[in-house]
Amino acid sequence: MSVRHALLALLSEGPKYGLQLREEFEVRTGEVWPLNVGQVYTTLQRLERDGLVETANGDTPVEHDALGALPGAPQKAFRITPAGSAELDQWLRVPPDLSSPPRDELVMKVLVAITVPGTDVHEIIQAHRTYLVQLMQEWTRLKEDEDGSDLAFSLVVDAELFRLDSVVRWLDAADGRLRRAKADGWAPARTAQATMPALARRRRIGARQQ
Amino acid sequence: MSVLELRSISKVFGRGAAEVQALRDISMSVPAGMMVAVMGPSGSGKSSLLTIAGTLEEPTSGAVLINGQDVERMSNGAKARVRRRTIGYVFQDFNLLPGLTAAENVSLPLELDGMSARRAHLAGLKALEDLGLGDQARRFPDQLSGGERQRVAIARAVVGERSLLLADEPSGALDSANGESVMRLIHTYCKRGTAAVVVTHDAQLASWADRVVFLRDGRVVDQTMPPAGPESLLEQPS
Repeated sequence: MSVRHALLALLSEGPKYGLQLREEFEVRTGEVWPLNVGQVYTTLQRLERDGLVETANGDTPVEHDALGALPGAPQKAFRITPAGSAELDQWLRVPPDLSSPPRDELVMKVLVAITVPGTDVHEIIQAHRTYLVQLMQEWTRLKEDEDGSDLAFSLVVDAELFRLDSVVRWLDAADGRLRRAKADGWAPARTAQATMPALARRRRIGARQQ
Repeated sequence: MSVLELRSISKVFGRGAAEVQALRDISMSVPAGMMVAVMGPSGSGKSSLLTIAGTLEEPTSGAVLINGQDVERMSNGAKARVRRRTIGYVFQDFNLLPGLTAAENVSLPLELDGMSARRAHLAGLKALEDLGLGDQARRFPDQLSGGERQRVAIARAVVGERSLLLADEPSGALDSANGESVMRLIHTYCKRGTAAVVVTHDAQLASWADRVVFLRDGRVVDQTMPPAGPESLLEQPS
């Protein structure tokens, strides 16, 4: 999650105070990602250093609301610069780098499990599947009472459910693939040799696209 | 007392070399208000489990108890009454009768159970209105969208205050938004006191359940613990 760009997005609506930015960030992200105020000010300082935001002059009206400034505290409002707007626009359009496979711990565990003698890989897969579905149940509880009026929240919960679901589906596919392989006479000893060239090819694909 | 209780259920199809053990020693208890999802790959025994729980098929061994009553000891007439009054079925392909309107489809089980046509019709209309389908009551199934058809099927399954809802891939033919609304609906009925067993291969849909049971080769291999509550998710730092 890029706090930097989220703050630029909030400032693209008009000048705002630091505390106000923190509150609005949490509301807009469905209050799923808490943000501490120190993080907000550090990020604002960096954005200012890079010329992407600037301190709002006294003549710039700052929208006050209930989430705004602490009463009596000295307040510094920020606004986005043209360079900041350009940076935000660029960030929104550039896809995140998904070209190289992440070092996924669960994938590693399953890959290792099939090579460890005496390990029931299906049991291990099931343990992870149960845990993931349980986690999905907890996320689903969150949307149970939600009528859909908090759009940001619904989008975040959906994203998390789809992410976990994709992992469960991978486990299902892995489970099935292993069963079929065993039925076809596959033996763990051959795995290491067979896997290496394939992974090397994948790494090359990742490297090419970067 | 559980609405549905399965005691050491086993089911064998065929004999000798062709013998297939579809279910092995399954025990499960579903109290009122609980929604249980059964997940597993195809051939794991999910659908057999549901047909046996629904008294549509008999187990090779073990006992099925509906509201504390052993199904095996019931007369055929009593079994038929349980199917009409206590259990509601929802299928993947909706199974609505094409020649009947939505309201007629919903009121049919009540009429079959001896209720007057007028009272059954009113009860059917109310069940449809509860699901936001009051405007569709006079339409025929082929005039409804897939999501609407499945909601009509759910109305038919719950009409007459039945205490056990059994659903086999109820959202299998629907897109994700309609699938979710079907699960949300079943979940709502459970909160009002219905017990439900839903068979699905979809983890997102299963996650609406209070308990998810995993089936593999006819055996329960694992199940989820009761949810810890959503608060635990929100405590994690970004």
